[in-house]
Order: sequence, then structure tokens, then C-alpha cells
Amino acid sequence: MTDHTASAAALSADGMPLKRSLNRALRRQKLRAFVLIAPLLVFVLFTFLAPIGDMLFRSVENQIVSETLPRTVKALADWDPASDAPPGEAAFRALGHDLVIAVERKTHTRLGSRLNYEASGMSSLLRSTGRDVEDIGEDVSAALGALDPAWTEAATWVDLLADPAWIAEQAAWSASGNRSGEPAFRLSDTASSALPDTAEIYGSFARITQQENDRSPTRQDPWHLVAITLVEEITATPSAAQAFQGDHALRLAAIAQADLPATDFVAAFGASNDRWATPTPWAVIAMYSAPYTPGYFLNAVDLGKTPDGIAPRPVEEQVYILLFLRTMWLSLTITGLCLLLGYPVAWLLANLPSRQANLLMILVLLPFWTSLLVRTSAWKVLLQRQGVINDVLVWIGLISDDGRLVMINNQLGTIIAMTHILLPFMILPLYSVMKTIPGTYMRAAKSLGANDWSAFWRVYFPQSVPGIAAGSILVFILAIGYYITPELMGGARGVFISNRIAYHIGTSLNWGLAAALGTILLLVVLVLYWVYDRFVGVKNVKFG
Amino acid sequence: MAETGPLKLAGTDDFVVFDGVQKSYDGITLVVKDLNLSVPKGEFLTMLGPSGSGKTTCLMMLAGFETATSGEIRLKGRNINTVPPHKRGIGMVFQNYALFPHMSVAENLAFPLEVRKIGKSEREAKVQRALDMVQMGEFGGRRPAQLSGGQQQRIALARALVFEPELVLMDEPLGALDKQLREQMQFEITRIAHDLGITVVYVTHDQTEALTMSDRVAVFNDGRIQQLASPSDLYEHPANSFVAQFIGENNRLMGTVTRIDGGTCIVRLDSGDEIDAKPINVSKVGDRTQISIRPERVETNKDRFRQGAHTLQAEVLEFIYMGDIFRTRLRVAGHDDFVIKTRNAPDQIRHQPGTRIEVGWLPEDCRALDAPQGT
Ligand SMILES: Nc1ncnc2c1ncn2[C@@H]1O[C@H](COP(=O)(O)OP(=O)(O)O)[C@@H](O)[C@H]1O
Ligand SMILES: [Mg+2]
Repeated sequence: MTDHTASAAALSADGMPLKRSLNRALRRQKLRAFVLIAPLLVFVLFTFLAPIGDMLFRSVENQIVSETLPRTVKALADWDPASDAPPGEAAFRALGHDLVIAVERKTHTRLGSRLNYEASGMSSLLRSTGRDVEDIGEDVSAALGALDPAWTEAATWVDLLADPAWIAEQAAWSASGNRSGEPAFRLSDTASSALPDTAEIYGSFARITQQENDRSPTRQDPWHLVAITLVEEITATPSAAQAFQGDHALRLAAIAQADLPATDFVAAFGASNDRWATPTPWAVIAMYSAPYTPGYFLNAVDLGKTPDGIAPRPVEEQVYILLFLRTMWLSLTITGLCLLLGYPVAWLLANLPSRQANLLMILVLLPFWTSLLVRTSAWKVLLQRQGVINDVLVWIGLISDDGRLVMINNQLGTIIAMTHILLPFMILPLYSVMKTIPGTYMRAAKSLGANDWSAFWRVYFPQSVPGIAAGSILVFILAIGYYITPELMGGARGVFISNRIAYHIGTSLNWGLAAALGTILLLVVLVLYWVYDRFVGVKNVKFG
Repeated sequence: MAETGPLKLAGTDDFVVFDGVQKSYDGITLVVKDLNLSVPKGEFLTMLGPSGSGKTTCLMMLAGFETATSGEIRLKGRNINTVPPHKRGIGMVFQNYALFPHMSVAENLAFPLEVRKIGKSEREAKVQRALDMVQMGEFGGRRPAQLSGGQQQRIALARALVFEPELVLMDEPLGALDKQLREQMQFEITRIAHDLGITVVYVTHDQTEALTMSDRVAVFNDGRIQQLASPSDLYEHPANSFVAQFIGENNRLMGTVTRIDGGTCIVRLDSGDEIDAKPINVSKVGDRTQISIRPERVETNKDRFRQGAHTLQAEVLEFIYMGDIFRTRLRVAGHDDFVIKTRNAPDQIRHQPGTRIEVGWLPEDCRALDAPQGT
């Protein structure tokens, strides 16, 4: 072949580049293959990848603080959590604002639970202050009412702040006698530009009243916070009154002239709970104000954020590292035991005549036909202090009645039951690899002068390593995430990290921490897999 | 038939002895029935027979992987029935080579030396020598999977020889190779066997292999040795109809013995024609017999017929030109699968289909054998 033809792209009969016509021909096949796997792909996407993604997200997600307390977070931006004094008045005022809204939306208790994971006491603090915060400014509302009784009417506020077009729509809706579907509240442009703070807080009030409480702002007295804001705003800029007409202008001017005292949020919070006078709760809010946080992960490795940086948790709260180590250690032990017990069985399975091998296989698979719970409970019956094994040992006189062995509610119980339950997962990969090792290798080794042991160890065993690798990784990964058996058999000292994860998901409802623990578990498995790949080689793993 | 009796004394003639050996796997049928065989030192003995005739079983009993149900196997005069395989010191080549896939070629070869605790330097020298012997000196570092079938075969051979066994067993070692490679390896194996002076028991179902390689061939059928003889004896003097049929190409004519005296007999074929034949295992007048004539011993040139020899009329059915020979199919005495082979020579007649000719042969080339069951 000359250089010319070798370098030119090969053409098919109809003059198209061969590559393209091949691709075209393959496209249909690819499409069909895709259609065939599509259901599984969708299933896996929704049931596996999405939950894992969600877990990863939850383990760092922390938007609840910035969403519930947006003004506070902003006000605390410049404050140093390590300082030993609480932040300035602005932060108290911002927290007052945020809390009034949060209480109306009933989100402050959830925020309390979240912050309680990081510092105990935050939940009760937020709940108690939540009860008091709505009363801040009661005196201002009263003062307004004294100044002009019109301020005690909801309609006055609506008339002052609402878009006239909305007022007309609302009136028409009200007249129509409809019970639902009140037009959504709109602020007037005048109010928004002349009294922006008041308009904003009133807008929140109106929206929450309509949406969350299903009431009409025309019939609800606004929060005291609206009164506070109005008084402060008009006192600061009396000229704003001129933007309005008639009675409104007069009433607003009257407030400006009355020179009402500003509301002291610092005092109000201090009166509610004196802890607000310390920097501690503020520091917690400030440290966990970012929308994403490493807090759950720190917690999951027994660390915590303090104003002085990351530090270990108090000793009595350190549980997770210990649990991780115990999970690893017990899983390794269980894997080793499964290998020790499973290898000879797998060898028999692979080498017996098929009739006996089938029977043995049924025995190996038998555990799969009974529920996990039943098997674990059976172990409980066997192993407990008054259980079958202890009874037999006492009966044959091997142990005394007082010396009954403790084989349950400790690590031994977990190890025994899990080894039994996971044994088939070791035997089956081993078996399928051993099945592919022809008997002639052992014969060849013996004919070359090797005795039974060295024929096994030098020739058979190395060829069964892929099965050992496959079985071990399967058992280890299953063991590391086991939950029911340690729960039932392990007592306090035989539980795994997954039991703790389940606790946080089901009982403490700290999903972020559960997600962080789960993510760490996932990472540990991936790292182990990588190490394993380095030393054993994943390509050596054979399931058959 | 079985040649060696159990009474022979142990000596160089009796390097390997099977003495009344029987084998049954299931306790119902005998796979090997009363095997008596002795192999002298240095002999290349081949067990030849159709699949399932018990050849592998015999080899496995000799190697120690199967135990004889009854009888005795002796190696150098010593009963080895209870000696475990790894203490027998017998080299073995398996059909699928059985090279250890997780070891390199050199490690494979070093294995038998290592288990014998031979020192490293001596080990390496022996491995290299064995590799050179099979012309694979360069390949020590490779894995078996990186070798072709023929190369793996050589390595398997080298491994079976590297620890210098006196006896080497080979079970259809060339079965997986293509024809050309097989022929080359046949030559190499015999060359090496003779060079080293080892005794070889070789199993094959390929008769050409058996004939070209062996000093003696034991033809197996149905768990028995049908004939034990040198390749030429086997071909030219088959002892019974099974051997005649199994070895080489063979024309069969069925008939009945009408007269028998000494070295010759007269057989009346089922077509009514009478011919001379050499009685092999017919004993009396009236015996049914199968006449066996090799295709290349049939003569069609009247000038070469011996005086007084019986001849038969034949009709040419087919003429096949095969290059070095002509192969002509005839209808003779009612059989239309009668084949003759003639050398491609300038004076040789090319018989056209439809012509009638006369065929004849020497009486000693025409053997009267036992009639197979049911004929
Ligand atoms: N391990 C075994 N178990 C039971 N029957 C066997 C076994 N090995 C061989 N046989 C039977 O013994 C007979 C002879 O087999 P074998 O010695 O392998 O014959 P060959 O090697 O001549 O083909 C066959 O019928 C075969 O089915
Ligand atoms: Mg065989």
C-alpha cells in the first residue's frame, strides 16, 4: 500500500467515510441497547444516585439559618464570634425582626433544633424568646393608639400602605361574598418609596397573614413590629409624611412630633432571657450562618466549631470515631471468619460430584430462604444467658450455672450472628472461581513432586485468590453497613456506625449528621476499595 | 493380544508392569479389564484406541491419581499401588498442558525443582537447559497465557522433563494443535525421548501419531489391549478385525472358510467367489470370517498377478486423482466400498468409471480375521 492510500480516510462503497457509515449502522443498535437499559437506568437514577446525591447535599446543607434569620446573619457579618461581648443593638433588632416572622411561620422551632445539634440549649432559648418576641413594642402600639385611635384599626394601615388598585380589588372580592381567593396583597408605590422599612415589614405581615394564616390583612391588627418600624422611620425622617395626603399626612406628622422613644431591643431580649446578654448564642448563630457548613462532618468525627476554631468535643460526647473504628474492626473480623469457614466449604462445593454438591449448595443457600430477622432472633435464642448453648454447656458440666457465658449483647454476639449471615456471600464467589480451576492443575503439581499441601498452597490457592478477593470485599462492604443484626445482638458495645445513623434518621431527626456519617462511611469504603485495588487489583476480582 | 505374562522376572525389560490390573469407577462396569503389560526401559510405548476405551484411566493409575480396583502396578520391580503420586517421580504432560497460569514459564519449570529443594543456581541452570532443549530459551519470563498453543506444549514438555524423571506419561499432548504443528511436535518429542533415553507411555487416539512415534503400540478397545506390536506389525499383521479396521485404511469382504491347511485357507465370499487368504484367527472350516486387504496391496495389472492366484471381477465406480496417488473405488463381490490405491506413475492406468477390471493380490496380503459380532 502506498503512503497516499494509507493516510487517506477509508471510504465505503457509496463514497462516505467508512467510519461514518459504520457509526450510522451502529446507531440503531446503540439506540436499542439504550432503550433496553433505560428502565433500569431511570430506576437507579431515582432510587440510588438521587438519594446518594441528596445525602451528600444534606451533609453540608445549612440554609435554614440564613433563610430563617436573614437580617441577623447580615447584622452579624462584621461581628467576631470570638469576642467576649454580645453584638451591637443592630443585631438584636435584626433578630427581633427575623424572629417575629419566624414565629409567625413557626420555623423558629426547627431552627432551634438545628442549632441545638451544635450547642445544647439553643432550642429552648429560641422557643422561649419566640414566645416573648411578639410582645416587644406593645407599648409603641399603645402609644400610637393614644395618639390617634385610628391606628388601632386595621383599615387605617391598609389604607396607608396598600396599593389603591388592590384595595379596590379586595373590596370587590369581599362584596362578591367569596370565602377564598382574596387577591394577593400589593404595596402602594408611595408607601414603598416614602416609608420603605415600614412598607417592607408590613408587606411581610400581609403576605404571611394571607398565605400562612389564611386571613385578610384588612381585618388583622399588624404586628407591633410594624408600629415600631413606622415610629422609628417617621421620627428619623419626618418629611416622609408629606408624601401622603389628607388624614395620613396629618397622622404621620403627629407621630413625628410626638417624639416617641425608640424601642430598646437589647433590653427586651435581656428581659426574655439573660443568655442573650452573653456572646454564646450569637456565636452559634454566626458560626452556622453560612448556607453550607462543615459542621455535620466535624460533629461526625467528634470535632466541633468553637469561636476559637475547630476543637475536639467534650470527652463524654465523643462517640463517632470509636464507632467507626469498631465498625471497621468488627467487619474485618467477620470477613476473616467468613473466609476461614467458607473456603473449605466452597472447595467441597466445587469438587464434590454434582449430586452431593447440589445438596450442599442448597444447605449453603438455605439461610437466604429465611428472613434475616428470624435468623438473628434464632441466634438470640441460642446464645442468650438462659439459651440453648449455655444450657447444654451447664448440662454437660463444662461451666457452672453461675458461670454462664455472655455471648449476646456484646461484640461476640454481633460477630457470631453476622458471620453466619454473611457466610454465603463469601462462599458463592469463592465457589464460582474454584469451579473454574481445573483439577488437572493439582494433578500436575503432584506429578511434579509437590505434596498435597504445597500443591494446594503453591498452585490451587493462588488461583483462588480472585474469589477470596471478591468474597472478602463483598462481605466487608455488606458488614460495614449492617444494621439489624448489631442492633439486636450487639447491646451497647456491639453496635455499628449504621445503628447510629439510623438513630439520627429515625429518632433524633438530625438528618444532616446522619448524612455526614453516611458520607464518611461511603468515603471510607471508597478509600478501602482504592487501597484494595492497589494491593489486590480489582481486575483480579472474579465472581465466576 | 496381551503379550506379557505376570511370571516374567523384573529387569530392564520390566521397567513398568501392569499385572492383572482392573479398574471400575462405579462398581458396576469395568473400564479396564485385566490389563497385563510390561514396558522395557527406554521404550516409547503408545496406547492407541478410540475415545472411552480406558487409555487415560490406565495412565492415571500409573501416575497414581486413580487406584487400581485389583491387580498390581510395578515400577522398577516395586509395587507402587500405595505410593502417592508425588513420590512416584513420574513426569507427566497433560492434554490441556496444565501450565500454572499464575507463574511465569521459568517459575513453572522451577516448580518441580523447588519442591525437591534443589538449590537456586542449579535450579536456574536446569530450567535454562530444559528451555533450550525445547527451543524456548528466550521465553522464561513470559506467562503461559502469552504463548501460543505449540509453545505452551513445549513448555509443558520441558516441565515434565526438567526434574529428569525416568518415566514420562503423556495424555494426548498434541490433541489441541493443528496438523502441521502436531507433526513437528511428534518429531521433537521422539527426538528428545531418544536423546534422553527416557521411557515414555504416550496416549493418543490418532493412529498416524501412534505409528510414527512409537517403538510399540498397544491398541485399546473396550478396556482391553487388542494388540501390542510394533507399528509395522500392527499395520501389516493386524491381529483381529478391530485392529485391521482401526489402523490404516482397509477393505473388508465377508465370507466363510471352506478349506484350511497350514499357512493358507480358501474363503468363499458371500457373493460366491472364492479367494486365497492367510488364516489369522480362524480355526476351522465353516468359520465366518472377515477378509482384510490393504488398498495399496491390491493389484490391477494382470501382468503382475501371481500364477494361480485368485482374482475377482470389479467395476470401477469412481476415480479420484490425489496427486501422489490415485484412489479408485470399485464394486467387488457385492461391496461397493472397495478402494484401491495406486502410485502416480507414467505407466499407471487411470481407470475410468464404468469400466470392468480384474483385481488380485498375494494370499499373504489377504488376511482372514474373526468376523465382528453380528455379521
Ligand atoms: N472419573 C471418572 N469417573 C467415572 N467414570 C470415568 C471417570 N473417568 C473415566 N470414566 C469412564 O471410564 C471410561 C474410560 O475413560 P478414559 O480412560 O478417559 O478413556 P479414554 O482416555 O480412552 O478416552 C469411559 O467410559 C469414561 O466415561
Ligand atoms: Mg482420554
